[in-house]
Amino acid sequence: MPGSRREAERVAARSSAATKLAASDGKAGRANARLTARDGIPSELTVERLREIYRIMVRIRQFEEAAEAAFRAAKMRGALHFYSGEEATATGVCMALQPNDYITSTHRGHGHCIAKGGKLNKMMAELYGRVTGYCGGKGGSMHIADVETGNLGANGIVGAGIPIATGAGLGSKLRGDGRVTVCFFGDGAGPTGAFHEGVNFAATMALPVVYVCENNQYGMATRATFANAGPGIWARGAAYGIPGEVVDGNDVFAVYRAAKKAVARARAGDGPSILESKTYRQRGHTIHDQKGYRSKKEIDEWLKLDPIVRFRTQVEAARALGAPDFETIDREVAAELQAALEFAEASPFPSLDAIERDVYAE
Amino acid sequence: MAFTPPQAPAVKAGTREIFMSQALQEALVEEMTRDGSVFLMGEEIGVWGGAYNVTAGLLERFGPARVIDTPISEAAIAGTAIGAALTGSRPVAEFMYSDFMGIAMDQIVNQAAKNRYMFGGKAKLPIVYRSTFGAGTGNAAQHTQSLEAWFTHVPGLKVVTNSSPYDAKGLLKSAIRDDNVVVFLEHKAIYSMRGPVPAGEYLIPLGVAEVKRVGTDVSVITYARQVHYALEAAEQLAAEGIMVEVVDVRTLYPLDVGTVVQSVKKTNHAVVVHEAVTFGGFGGELAAQIQEHCFDDLDAPVLRVGALHSPVPFSEPLERGQFPDPPRIVAAVRQVLQGSR
Repeated sequence: MPGSRREAERVAARSSAATKLAASDGKAGRANARLTARDGIPSELTVERLREIYRIMVRIRQFEEAAEAAFRAAKMRGALHFYSGEEATATGVCMALQPNDYITSTHRGHGHCIAKGGKLNKMMAELYGRVTGYCGGKGGSMHIADVETGNLGANGIVGAGIPIATGAGLGSKLRGDGRVTVCFFGDGAGPTGAFHEGVNFAATMALPVVYVCENNQYGMATRATFANAGPGIWARGAAYGIPGEVVDGNDVFAVYRAAKKAVARARAGDGPSILESKTYRQRGHTIHDQKGYRSKKEIDEWLKLDPIVRFRTQVEAARALGAPDFETIDREVAAELQAALEFAEASPFPSLDAIERDVYAE
Repeated sequence: MAFTPPQAPAVKAGTREIFMSQALQEALVEEMTRDGSVFLMGEEIGVWGGAYNVTAGLLERFGPARVIDTPISEAAIAGTAIGAALTGSRPVAEFMYSDFMGIAMDQIVNQAAKNRYMFGGKAKLPIVYRSTFGAGTGNAAQHTQSLEAWFTHVPGLKVVTNSSPYDAKGLLKSAIRDDNVVVFLEHKAIYSMRGPVPAGEYLIPLGVAEVKRVGTDVSVITYARQVHYALEAAEQLAAEGIMVEVVDVRTLYPLDVGTVVQSVKKTNHAVVVHEAVTFGGFGGELAAQIQEHCFDDLDAPVLRVGALHSPVPFSEPLERGQFPDPPRIVAAVRQVLQGSR
């Protein structure tokens, strides 16, 4: 039963099993590759930072697992779009940001919110439709926003966040506040007019925005390559005269390095960039997705590239963190999720007089 | 404006009980088979089979040239339908949610609706823009709106809804054969509703309302899912001796004013119901038509029942409280009767 101690233990056990897999992969990695002590790990990342990266990625994964269990137990409704498998993108990008920088998010936005510092209990309460949620229950999974942590909102309209991010960048430029906006969008937004209009406008004005395309290979059942002409969304940067880079989106360090560069460029006033992060939507489009448009082989291949497992392998090989560290964090996050579920379930629904409230400013 | 007596679909040999989504698919299949110029385009209509399974299996049946999965590009979907129609094709373009039609509004409103007129009647645009609308699914503010009034306000567009598998099939076939731009709106909460549909071909003309329940005391004028809520309310009120007539206008434009007026002249009381926000909704047009044509017949002001003035909230109790349900219709019927006493 979700929300119970048993569920928390189950989640922790699953994470722990994955840790073991990572550990064994780690040994193989050490045997085969010429790893130096911190191979592939940016030198400025302290062990504490590495722990934090792991904690954020595990938070995202466990949040999705806990939400799914609650949904399947009919404790919440609507649509859930899971971020599982894409954790390295949100985590790597947000690590390159300052706390007061902005992001715009998508319908698959839980990971962005968590990586930007969102609170699990307020997120879970929102999914439960409770008054204590980020949006007081009015938004739900697809519309979580946390303006205080710079999260300008998830979005139910594909591509709609792109011009909004451009506008956040414009505002920062006009005010001279030195902030950077990261626009998360999916490969499905590549074909929208909003993409072209939003990025072009930002390029013409050299706005401090980083457009991060999370290419998780599918928009619902449509392959990214089916819907987007050309060599890749990153390549469109050339058309606007801005940098376009493609990165292994399941390698949190690769994402971090690329994002750091693009964020520095934006903060220096040199204008926007496009960063395409190639990753994989491990789950269906929504929790309801039962369609067989992907082969098991394809899914299995990508599961082998799981960003959390890869992170563990890498930092273990570098002897920066080990299985006991991971297990401790897994347990701590499971307890956080347990508390978030309890918080959500104990919270009341909003009262009916809230329906017409907050439509307009007073 | 002659009164059309209620005509229940004749249940005859070959009539099956099928789902709304199946009835819609039958309309598409029959029209695609009948006319090679009909083709489908939209997001996830092929491989996925349509977000609500209306087009499931059609890619395999008709091939990718006639069942076109598009990128997420609503403006392009609406606009390419126009270009294809102007040059002789008969596109049925789908928007997964009518909320997404906002992205395509220039193409629909400034282009599709006006081309024929601006070109002096020289152009023909046989387009159907199919989409879904309505709340109650927990999908929050950007996937649940009832935006039909956007379209009824634009000359050049026909706007069609439906409340049963029988109506859905007959109306969609007529919409596809129509040489005008038809916005065909399907309520997403009734795709899984079953109802009798005859096996053979039939058409339901656009612009014809239907009385779904005959009554003498109050006319409830509505469409789409709210027809069922009105019927539930009518059933409940019948037990108290209040006889409600339920009129399903089906087509919002052109509106069958005659059937509405005929009903209100009989009952002398009108309640207008829709799921869209009350203020500025299509119910205002219905109420205005009724007062223009039935002023002397009305025993009480026309009442409107619609959604509260807010986006559709996510949280279940808020969402349920936002749009009309049978108890609110019952309350409005009682109120309009009180107004006459």
